[in-house]
Amino acid sequence: MDWVSDNLDLIGSLTLDHLRQSVIAIVAGFLLSLPLGWVAWRYRLLRGWVITVTGLLYTIPSLALLMILPVVAGYPATSETNLVIALTIYAVAIMVRAVTDGLDSVDPAVRRAATAVGYGDARRFWAVDLPLAGPVILAGLRVTAVSTISLATVGILVGVTNLGYLFTNGLQRRIIPEVLAGIVAVALIALLVDLLLMLAGRSLMPWARSKTPARRRASAGAAA
Amino acid sequence: MIEFRNVTKRFPDGTVAVDSFDLVIPSHKTTVFVGSSGCGKTTLLRMINRMVEPTSGTVEIDGEDVAAKQAVHLRRSIGYVMQNSGLMPHFTVAENIATVPRLTGETRRAAKARALELMATVGLDASMADRYPSQLSGGQQQRVGVARGLAADPNILLMDEPFGAVDPIVRAELQTELIRLQRELDKTVVFVTHDIDEAFLLGDQVAILAKGAERLQVGSPSEITEDPADEFVAAFIGAERGKRALRVKQTPHGPVLVDAEGRTQGVLVEGGA
Repeated sequence: MDWVSDNLDLIGSLTLDHLRQSVIAIVAGFLLSLPLGWVAWRYRLLRGWVITVTGLLYTIPSLALLMILPVVAGYPATSETNLVIALTIYAVAIMVRAVTDGLDSVDPAVRRAATAVGYGDARRFWAVDLPLAGPVILAGLRVTAVSTISLATVGILVGVTNLGYLFTNGLQRRIIPEVLAGIVAVALIALLVDLLLMLAGRSLMPWARSKTPARRRASAGAAA
Repeated sequence: MIEFRNVTKRFPDGTVAVDSFDLVIPSHKTTVFVGSSGCGKTTLLRMINRMVEPTSGTVEIDGEDVAAKQAVHLRRSIGYVMQNSGLMPHFTVAENIATVPRLTGETRRAAKARALELMATVGLDASMADRYPSQLSGGQQQRVGVARGLAADPNILLMDEPFGAVDPIVRAELQTELIRLQRELDKTVVFVTHDIDEAFLLGDQVAILAKGAERLQVGSPSEITEDPADEFVAAFIGAERGKRALRVKQTPHGPVLVDAEGRTQGVLVEGGA
């Protein structure tokens, strides 16, 4: 473990790089998936196509994607952009389905009620459909976040530096603690981001966990 | 006044939910559509706020065709209370009640004040303002639903089987409250139910409907009971062997009225009002 204590600075800066690359990809993937998931939910005919095509993105081997993208898009393979875009593509592959499933999970009766009291279509989407789809979307986002953070390590194979460096470097130099430090650091930031997402969900969707057996308590408040 | 003029609704699958329906719904009265499920009564109700568009014919409010109005604005100007409350599960009680005022641009503070005022009107304790619907009983949820329907102070209140999903005791309570509210607020209420007792209890005008929203009889509960249009109506309201089939029974203390079950329903008095 001497190696770890001697290299805390290195681990710290690699962790920050790793976190930055992952978070940008997670956020971008989430934002891109909202309109795509909405289209798949709204237009029945497009649904199969959108879900299948985006889902298939996940089957592209990551190393191949990291080598093909720079050729197609014309940026250097070693740039951070290369990794971030690849990770975004994988995030979209998971999130589109989550957004569609989330919108599907909204009770049609609630949707109808919202229309009946005077919500226009756009306003209803932001105020009713999307928040109520929130718990399912959040579940997808948590899977996406953890898998993105784990997947990001592959970037080192094309020269994008992050915690993956500890794997390749440790392997080449036969420093097992370095490899283990990499694994632990990746797991820790994955858990941390997951925890933050869970807490954000709780504060943004307090209603989602209020399905407590509060009826007894509530009945004290009024006659009915 | 709401007027249906020769209204027909044919759904894409070919079913005719409403067939050439005419009716005048007077202002400041409660009109009840009653009939078995699938008779088109809810479709009629939904045509008033354009949740359903008629295939032909017109629905007018105070002489204006609703089709000429913008649907979203029309809906905000009409109160709507539905079965299972239709509350937004992610809004608190106060936010639910304040929905329409917020949609029409009132400030958060004014809308909240209005919500608290309405909670008192419908008999909900102010301490419930920040609860979520899932934390309320069915009866409380319906009260919130009624409060939301009244929030924008609409002239018209549409009620689609609002008390259908609560237990009989709470239902009776809510019905009594609605009668009290209506006495205070004087709205034009259009109420849909399949329960003839509820219809007779709440309705100034009752429309008994058959499949395709066919009008079997329209009138006040007294008119219908005194002169049922046909045998079906008589059977439907229970005038032959139900609770409205009363006969006189002599007792040592004078005549009483007994229903078909043999239960004494009241005492026959001479003269009076």
